[in-house]
Amino acid sequence: MLEIKNLQVKLEDEDKQILKGLDLKVEAGKVHAIMGPNGSGKSTLSYVLSGRDGYEVTEGSATLEGEDILELEPEERAAAGMFLAFQYPVEIPGVGNMTFLRTAVNAQRKARGEEELSASDFLKEVRAKAKTLKIDADMLKRPVNVGFSGGEKKRNEILQMAMLEPKLCILDETDSGLDVDAMKLVAEGVNALRDENRGFLVITHYQRLLDHIKPDVVHILAGGRIVKTGGPELALEVENNGYAGILAEVDA
Amino acid sequence: MALPEAKQTATEARLAALELPEGGCLKAARQAALSRVQTMGLPSRRDEYWKYTRPDTLTAAEVSKAAVFETGEAPMFDGFDRLKVVFVDGVFDADASDDLSLEGISIERIADICEKDIHWAKDLYGVLEARGQTPVQRPLAALNTAFATDGVVIHVTGTPSKPVNLVYRHADEASDAILHHVIKVDSGASATILENGPAAARFNKCMEIDVADGGALHVVRAQGRDHERRAATHMFARLGTESVFKSFTLTVNGVLTRNEAVVELTGDDAVAHIAGACVGDGDFHHDDTVFITHDAVNCESRQVFKKVLRNGATGVFQGKILVKEGAQKTDGYQISQSLLLDDDSQFLAKPELEIYADDVACSHGSTSGAIDEEGLFYLRSRGVPKAEATDLMTLAFLAEAVDEIEDADVAGAIIERLEGWLARRH
Repeated sequence: MLEIKNLQVKLEDEDKQILKGLDLKVEAGKVHAIMGPNGSGKSTLSYVLSGRDGYEVTEGSATLEGEDILELEPEERAAAGMFLAFQYPVEIPGVGNMTFLRTAVNAQRKARGEEELSASDFLKEVRAKAKTLKIDADMLKRPVNVGFSGGEKKRNEILQMAMLEPKLCILDETDSGLDVDAMKLVAEGVNALRDENRGFLVITHYQRLLDHIKPDVVHILAGGRIVKTGGPELALEVENNGYAGILAEVDA
Repeated sequence: MALPEAKQTATEARLAALELPEGGCLKAARQAALSRVQTMGLPSRRDEYWKYTRPDTLTAAEVSKAAVFETGEAPMFDGFDRLKVVFVDGVFDADASDDLSLEGISIERIADICEKDIHWAKDLYGVLEARGQTPVQRPLAALNTAFATDGVVIHVTGTPSKPVNLVYRHADEASDAILHHVIKVDSGASATILENGPAAARFNKCMEIDVADGGALHVVRAQGRDHERRAATHMFARLGTESVFKSFTLTVNGVLTRNEAVVELTGDDAVAHIAGACVGDGDFHHDDTVFITHDAVNCESRQVFKKVLRNGATGVFQGKILVKEGAQKTDGYQISQSLLLDDDSQFLAKPELEIYADDVACSHGSTSGAIDEEGLFYLRSRGVPKAEATDLMTLAFLAEAVDEIEDADVAGAIIERLEGWLARRH
């Protein structure tokens, strides 16, 4: 599904290398978690994969189902099946949430040469999916993320994911700013989307999200590289001993 | 005080090219307006009020030609159930217009009432314009009152079942139209006026509006998409107790447009909303000049202006709220914002507050900015192509102004048209 080879990335504006040869492979049907201390390059990885400006890939490659995605515009990556659930979902005053969702769904369908969803089919689908995420009609009508609580914003991300049905979902610190109940709700939304054809890359600081979204593989990212890979037990190790122990072990 | 020589010469040259229409009952008003123009002189670049907008082509004796623009799309408000009043190059066209009779409203031509000795419009024609000459002079409006060759006087006595649509068609590339409308809304009556069309190569329009106690008037106009036209328009409104006046203007393209709105809240608890959205490209120059006077207690006024500018387009906003002594509990709001889509475009804003009462809430804000990159990336990351995402953000930016339109159908039509115009660029 997603294959990253020797990815090296620096900030465009300053001469600062963030990713220093990252290798990663996410298979369809699997949930991979990436954990790491602050400044290790976790968010950079998610932004580079989704095509945000400000980063320069100096070496390496990233492919989605064999297609080089680093050359694509952000909207082309989305149409190719990539989805990033933002750590800080953006507020867009004046654009209704529903309009936004319908525009996005139909833009992707159009880009893939599929027929656009009719207004009534779209409405039916969005209502059903919103309901399971406890997103009420009012939230759908309001401008995108404007005045949403932290939990509402994250639920709105998952709703978009559910509507867009991507092949690869990247969740960037989706647990930040969430209380336990909100996290459960978001995790349930994510779990409902797990299937054999879809891959997940869950980026997180803490193990607690992984209690709810059970990963198949856990990677530790530090200093711009994956330094250790293991099973779910690796996350527990981080939880109990912090990153220091693992990093010392890697350095040694 | 004598006028500066250049101004005197320019004013005389313009007046020499015009002929004062036969007056009838409006004769005195026209002559008084003419002497106002002679005293004030026509605006020049040196006038403070015209600092950001060159008035030369608006005041010149010769009209600058403007090619007639074929839009290839249905005129705005077609398809609305409306009473259509059509002017071609500033001349009423009876054949293209609907029957002017409608319950709750009476519509007559200025040209017709001129023949009468007595008419209610006599007490308004030029009166509100003259009041609006202080504290700031508006010579082009006085010129209009003196020389207007056509227009309608509308008396709203009830609640007509449909809006009146003033349609301004442009047929001659050298037309120079001067139209003057008078609208009187009786106590408790209410109506909507729609306006659209380029009107002429050069258009000078003046609308005087008197809303009696408890009356309501909504004006929605669409200027565009023709580019070469020039227009100077004035709206003078006087509001009685608990009356409502709301105006929205959409402007797209146009090499020179100056829209002035002068509103006086003279009765307690009156409400005035003046809003505008404009989209300009290239040598587009658009000027909104607004002056709202609060002269009664507990009145509300809102000014909401949004401009999207690109390829070196210029937007101007001069907006003032004057709160007179004793106009307590005034609620005044003013916002003017521009979305600059490139580095060449500019927005010149002069927001002003002048307050002589001590128990008021007035706010004003003015901003210029580029499109929000974060928002743009967010939309694109969901699969919305850049051009479409930019349009969505642009429409969202204009939304606060469009939201001032009370009628949802009219607002929908404006948005639909805007969407179409924005999408044309892809």
